[in-house]
Amino acid sequence: MAGGLEITEDLTIPKLFWKKAQEFGADRVAMREKEFGVWRPIAWAQYLENVKHLALGLVKLGLKKGDKVSIIGDNRPEGLWAEMAALCAGGIGVWLFQDCLIDEVRYIIDHSDSRFLFGEGQEEVDKALSIIGECPKLEKVIWDDPKGMRNYDQDCLISLKEVQALGRELEKEQPNRFEELVEQGTGSEVALLFYTSGTTSLPKGALLSHNNMLTMGKALMSVDPCYDTDDYVSYLPFAWIGEQMMSISCGLQIGYTINFPEEPETAQENIREIGPHVMFAPPRMYEQMTRTVQVKYLDASWTKRKFFELSNKIGYHVANLKFEKKPIPLHWQLLQWLARITVQNKVRDHLGLSRVRNAYTGGAAMGPDHFRFFHALGVNLKQIYGQTEVAGISVVHRSGDIKFDTVGKPIPGTDIKITEDGEIITRSPSVFLGYYKNPEATDQALQDGWLYSDDKGFIDEDGHLVVFDRTKDVFTLKDGQPFSPQYLETRLKFSPYVRDAWVLGHERDYVAAVMCIDYNVVGNWADEKKLNYTSYPELSQKPEVYELVEKQIRQANKDLPESARVVRFTNLYKELDPDDDELTRTRKLRRSFVQKRYESIVNALYSEDDSVHIDTTIRYEDGREAHIKTDMTIRNVDQ
Amino acid sequence: MVEANEIQKGDVLLELDDVHMYFGKVAALAGVNLKIRKEEIHSVIGPNGAGKTVMMNCINGLYRPQKGTVSYKGQQINHLRPHQRARLGLARTFQKVEVFGGLTVLDNIRLGRHLHYKSGILSGSFYLGKAKKEEIEHRTFIEEEIIDLLEIEQIRHHPVGMLPYGLQKRVELGRALALEPELLILDEPLAGLNLEEVEDMARFILDINEEERWKVTCLLVEHDMGVVMDLSDRVFVLNFGNMITDGTPDEVQNNPEVIKAYLGEEDLYATRR
Repeated sequence: MAGGLEITEDLTIPKLFWKKAQEFGADRVAMREKEFGVWRPIAWAQYLENVKHLALGLVKLGLKKGDKVSIIGDNRPEGLWAEMAALCAGGIGVWLFQDCLIDEVRYIIDHSDSRFLFGEGQEEVDKALSIIGECPKLEKVIWDDPKGMRNYDQDCLISLKEVQALGRELEKEQPNRFEELVEQGTGSEVALLFYTSGTTSLPKGALLSHNNMLTMGKALMSVDPCYDTDDYVSYLPFAWIGEQMMSISCGLQIGYTINFPEEPETAQENIREIGPHVMFAPPRMYEQMTRTVQVKYLDASWTKRKFFELSNKIGYHVANLKFEKKPIPLHWQLLQWLARITVQNKVRDHLGLSRVRNAYTGGAAMGPDHFRFFHALGVNLKQIYGQTEVAGISVVHRSGDIKFDTVGKPIPGTDIKITEDGEIITRSPSVFLGYYKNPEATDQALQDGWLYSDDKGFIDEDGHLVVFDRTKDVFTLKDGQPFSPQYLETRLKFSPYVRDAWVLGHERDYVAAVMCIDYNVVGNWADEKKLNYTSYPELSQKPEVYELVEKQIRQANKDLPESARVVRFTNLYKELDPDDDELTRTRKLRRSFVQKRYESIVNALYSEDDSVHIDTTIRYEDGREAHIKTDMTIRNVDQ
Repeated sequence: MVEANEIQKGDVLLELDDVHMYFGKVAALAGVNLKIRKEEIHSVIGPNGAGKTVMMNCINGLYRPQKGTVSYKGQQINHLRPHQRARLGLARTFQKVEVFGGLTVLDNIRLGRHLHYKSGILSGSFYLGKAKKEEIEHRTFIEEEIIDLLEIEQIRHHPVGMLPYGLQKRVELGRALALEPELLILDEPLAGLNLEEVEDMARFILDINEEERWKVTCLLVEHDMGVVMDLSDRVFVLNFGNMITDGTPDEVQNNPEVIKAYLGEEDLYATRR
């Protein structure tokens, strides 16, 4: 249990790491990685050895206290070793998203003054080499996967093994150096520098202390205890605070096993093999799971479909009783048990949720439909609210007290208040130290110890926090009602055919939507209907697909007040993509950007036209450009 | 059975000497001479119907040339059948993928490994000592050397027939590699692939040619001139059964006869880009 650990001013992540490694030694598994088709355990003692030599190697290469060490790559043990080694050596860790474009990489490396960069293999090394000329402070690039690296001999490159060898040399000369390094520092010093994706501007670097990270983990686990026998699967980017929170703040504190998937593509399969006890993922992951189930359902035989429908009915009924905090009558309990053993356990197993005690979602809004869906399956899904600036989370649902339009109650040690303007402000030991090299932004965000979130919300009669949206993202409808477009978008996204939705209607006469179909799901559907298509733009503009999307919109429109219903829509000729700056790396819509980019579409939606002409150039990931000329149909939704 | 000699980098690994192959009165190959040296990538280009695939079939033993000799490591192998040539270290992939659609990726690749299985039926049926040990060794080889190299972890248990064409081509390459060949014949490995898949495949070919672990000599038949000129150490140009030239990519691109006969004036760099 987490309660045992006392977080003093003096405690740092390296000190805790040292303590845990001594405690667990060679007998307990710290992490597991699936490699070459088998799960390979790494004991705490091995973890310590690797981190020790890496840290000493960095010192030998010239790392000084407070130096920044950037890390990029997929989730794998070496990534966590690098982070821990940087911290142990007195450095500050900076994580980059694996799919960052070259400009973002350059910006972050340069802005953070990183002297060292850990990359995984050839891909990251190529990125680093292409920017090293423009980042004069960057000295060494460290790689660990030798694949394709045979022809690289630049002086700035060094392999992880070589760094560790340097570390071993230093250990021979100064056997106690590592312990001395670990002993230095206090909890209030900076541990990590996190660049927030930001829906509006350039990334800002949030400085988080050791104490920020550890208090956050402790507070969360005092609500939902974790155990050192638990398993956790780390597959979301370490550059996302949620993953740091689970792997470092909670993981290191309690000492559960962190499992790394073989490849990003095999993550879902690997999660199923592990069956984690705790899970934290942004809504898109749960949306994806829902879609998987829905698509499988559509493909299943008649009998299976009927069984699924029946168990769903039971599940939804019981979940609703729970939401209303009503007792569950005995016969419903019996039915629920039947549904569990016949259908739900199987479905949960396929999703890797068979053992999960607490599943969290956060980072963006999640629709009530998805929420109900998981609770009906018997998954204890909880909404959390937080931001990078509080080292993860500050508010969470309690078991048995779940309302899907709220994000729950503050965790212990956290105060939440609503300002007169309706802005949510937070005070807790986990509130960050400020933005790196950006005093104006720091002054704006931190006032008298309170963190200003720029999110609007209120506290309801049960003491739950309700988050609206970013202040600027709240719409006013024609009848003067405030309205959250995200709410409607998540409702639209509950349909498996809809990948993304962008809702318009601020101070307009009606609500309109730009829809992005899910290429795979709609593609399969089209195959079955024997519709011919060659590309996403073509498929999206088929009249039959418009019919299908309209049906999904009508479904989402149900039970909405009339002024909030989608009246007109169009299918976008492409998927929204973070590489085109339309979404953030965590797939949040960048409204002002798309508004500007697709101005002609917005105008057409609020005109009498029934189509809009598109003539544009798109850039592919590999740098090729394609000219797109198409007409996008605009359609009214039959109410 | 011919026992192969050990040869060094740069020595001739495979030699065609005055090879003729007729179908009725049509001369598919009319006196072809070719020397492939160890550890090089040697490409064969030529217009459709030039006889490239016939040439590959002669090397791999599917066809027997009527005249001329095929020798491998200095020994004539005209009389050997394809499976005997495979045992010498000669593997190939096909222009149109020839995989076992109903088997999984792993099973397809394991099949390519069967030549290396030494244990008998009895120990195999009961999974006894030797068979077990051998099985584990082969598993390690396949997982660490092939699946990892070709980046097909996520599909190892999928039936090959259900996979997209580009992945099927990768699996076929994997099966050829399972043989641990010394000479690998790649018959249009890039045909029908999209740009991303072409780049991947080109990378794999370089890997198996250059990585210390593999050092496989490659004989590449390909139409994508950009890739051929980038990857090859030497390029052999074939036109209606006759050799036009055999030289480095630079020499070939500047050879007036090649330009006239095959590449065409402006088509010299006609790639998919």
